[in-house]
Amino acid sequence: MNNTITEKPYVRYTLIFLSLTFLALFLVVPLITIFAEAFQKGWGLYLTSITEPAAMAAIRLTLLTAAIAVPVNLVFGIVAAWAIAKFEFFGKRFLITLIELPFTVSPVISGLIFVLLFGAQGVFGKWLADHDIQIIFAVPGIVLATLFITFPYVARELIPLMQAQGNEQEEAALTLGASGWQTFWKVTLPNIRWALLYGVILLNARAMGEFGAVSVVSGHIRGLTNTIPLHVEILYNEYNFVAAFAMASLLALLALVTLIAKNWIEWKKGE
Amino acid sequence: MSIQVKKLKKIFNGFTAVDDVSLIVDDGEFVTLLGPSGSGKSTVLRCIAGLEAPDNGSIEINNEDVTRVPVQERRVGFVFQHYALFRHMTLLENVAFGLNVRGVGKKERNEKARDLLQLVGLTGLEKRMPSQLSGGQRQRVALARALAPQPGLLLLDEPFGALDARLRKELRVWLRELHDRINLTTLLVTHDQDEAFELSDRVLVVNKGRIEQEAEPQKIFDEPASEFVATFVGETNRVEGTVQEGSVAWGPMRFKAVHLKEGTKASVLFRPNDVYVTSHREKGGWPGIIRSIQFLGATESLEIEIEKDLNLTAHIPKGVAALSGFTVGEQVYVMVPMAHVFASK
Amino acid sequence: MKITKFHPEYFSGQKNVLPGFHLTLGLTLIYLCLMVLIPISLLFLKTAGQSWQQFWETVSSPRVVASYSLSFGASLAAASINSVFGLLLAWVLVRYPFPGRGIVDMIVDLPFALPTAVAGIALTTVYAENGVLGKWLAPLGIKTAFTPLGIVIALTFVGLPFVVRTVQPVLEDLDRDMEEAAACLGATRWKTFRRILFPAILPALSTGFAMAFARAVGEYGSVVFISGNMPMKTEITPLLIITKLEQYDYIGATSLAVVMLVASFLLLLTINLLQGWQATRHE
Repeated sequence: MNNTITEKPYVRYTLIFLSLTFLALFLVVPLITIFAEAFQKGWGLYLTSITEPAAMAAIRLTLLTAAIAVPVNLVFGIVAAWAIAKFEFFGKRFLITLIELPFTVSPVISGLIFVLLFGAQGVFGKWLADHDIQIIFAVPGIVLATLFITFPYVARELIPLMQAQGNEQEEAALTLGASGWQTFWKVTLPNIRWALLYGVILLNARAMGEFGAVSVVSGHIRGLTNTIPLHVEILYNEYNFVAAFAMASLLALLALVTLIAKNWIEWKKGE
Repeated sequence: MSIQVKKLKKIFNGFTAVDDVSLIVDDGEFVTLLGPSGSGKSTVLRCIAGLEAPDNGSIEINNEDVTRVPVQERRVGFVFQHYALFRHMTLLENVAFGLNVRGVGKKERNEKARDLLQLVGLTGLEKRMPSQLSGGQRQRVALARALAPQPGLLLLDEPFGALDARLRKELRVWLRELHDRINLTTLLVTHDQDEAFELSDRVLVVNKGRIEQEAEPQKIFDEPASEFVATFVGETNRVEGTVQEGSVAWGPMRFKAVHLKEGTKASVLFRPNDVYVTSHREKGGWPGIIRSIQFLGATESLEIEIEKDLNLTAHIPKGVAALSGFTVGEQVYVMVPMAHVFASK
Repeated sequence: MKITKFHPEYFSGQKNVLPGFHLTLGLTLIYLCLMVLIPISLLFLKTAGQSWQQFWETVSSPRVVASYSLSFGASLAAASINSVFGLLLAWVLVRYPFPGRGIVDMIVDLPFALPTAVAGIALTTVYAENGVLGKWLAPLGIKTAFTPLGIVIALTFVGLPFVVRTVQPVLEDLDRDMEEAAACLGATRWKTFRRILFPAILPALSTGFAMAFARAVGEYGSVVFISGNMPMKTEITPLLIITKLEQYDYIGATSLAVVMLVASFLLLLTINLLQGWQATRHE
């Protein structure tokens, strides 16, 4: 990088200092606080907090939700990206906007929608009650809400990439006799694998960390319909700070792993 | 295999890219579609391959109607302008791909791929990735890849367009030799007239979705069928006028135009190297004055003024120019034995 | 050769040759209908079930209006702060090599990766009166917990990466030639920035601002802990929706949701337009 035309050193240092201070105040200090508070009373209490039954149930539910949401939205993302990037058709812009909707809609509203659909007074409420199926205030509701919130993540990473890559390699594969599936597996997939991985990692982080939407549909039933974030809320509101931060630290750790993985992928992509 | 295209039509969003095109390529022929960008030549090629679906017309390969047959089943070899090599596969895997998807065993297809890489002169580079190759090498791999599944046809879409001039010339020679060796029916699309003339048995000149002329290269050059062909292929001097008494007048010069009706507006085109320039008066030579001389490497370009505001360009081979000793301001005599007169549109 | 089915034209005059069009488009549409279209239209339908007057009463009651001004006002403030410091961060990251730059670059994305609830409790603890940073503010009379200021802090956190990440690539792509030319012509760095660089990054900055704003308006998890949720004072609209839900006032909740949805939609439109502006500027 050419450094001859740049600001005077004192200007530079000031700007660096200001921006780092900003980051510290808003990001770094809170991040460290999470771990500080979690370990305030030592390892013993930390471990107990995360292994007591309600906590374990929350962890299990979070993992289950992610285990469903990630594969489903991964497949959807690939399917949607193929439809949008490889073809020309009327209404494409509208479709893309629809896909990006969860990003702008408040998570609370997302949860609200599902309550309206499947809640006791909802559209399907009576039908569900008659068939003894419970969605709201039960696990299925949580999974559904998470599915809604996270479905754009993979699609959003893939669509611009596939559009930029164009169709030539796929066309070449077709002229060589490959079927649609063969073309996808052998030619397209290897070309998008890093973006795919990237999308999955972000998807996973969001699926495990979603709070607002899940909060609305879950009913906060301890030990049954709490994910880790919800459990954190309950503990915090009971002034059980150490336990709350202990659980929170698990998610913070996940966040850090996500960031590192993200960086690693970007480094790999650039190679 | 032979190709027969009948009344092909293709429209993109209201724009007619291919307008009623019919052509035939016989088994073993090397035919070129020559035309400017946007003339529709690539679209014709892609329709034949099956990469575009025509709106009208039919395509026959080896006398079988393939208009509704999908790409994968047409068995055409296609070479793209930007190679379209599979970035994440080695050269060997790229070339073997067509065999791979047909279920040919690993040993057999790798062997075939190696043979083909040898054919295109890239032995020893099997394990390389496309990003490690030069443009010329990549195009040769693309060709080997297209040939691997033993197609009946070879279609090339401006294959040398992305390469520099010298490389283009080298690969041109190599391609023709390859064609003569394996005798595969080949259809090439290009805007480079030198390429078309050097490589083809026949040339089809394409403009605005239509075929303007179809003939051997020399005929296209010497007997252009339309104004477009004449101006597109090679340089021209262009003169406009009206047919009077069987010829078109331009200053003191007269160009025969007996094939046109009296009073028709016409364009006269003649090539700079069809202009004979001498220092001595000869029968039919018009006097003119050399206004400028430009060196173009192997030829000299003379700007000759016949009358005020009446200039024409002549290209003289350097040897001849040296012998005749032309200088600026000299009076010379000009003859144009071959000119093409077309009715103006 | 066997004759295979020929696919009919769909939506446009072009027949698509790559395989899988119907399959993938069909699946996408089904999934979207189930997950997006039907639920959202439901929202509007439910709201339409009441009279205009009822709707208007709900969405314009004092408590609700207070929540709007809080949600939108705090979001505006947070997005503005993020614009200034986001630009600063992006500039520093792109232009100044300093030790640890890689890590700083990585950390910027933390709000994307950290769950909102976790951020919420962390920020509350840090900025509470006896918190690590809060105790410096207390003697100055600045209260953050249970005040709009606290909400702004939380919203600044969640929106931080947006501006940085939209401005960064534009800064990276900027042609240095322009600056060098300006320097040759005698312009100071500040002038160069103000007249040449800033206009060039303005589209990206606006897009980042809009995105941070949109995100902040709908934010719930990180705000509920620090705000105290006091009606008329620190109650944000999303919380109000939940409150109404818990009181089984479905109609009220949906009415508010519709208002927010319309606002989000307008924001989304604006963002798309801004991105279009950014794209054309970026040639």
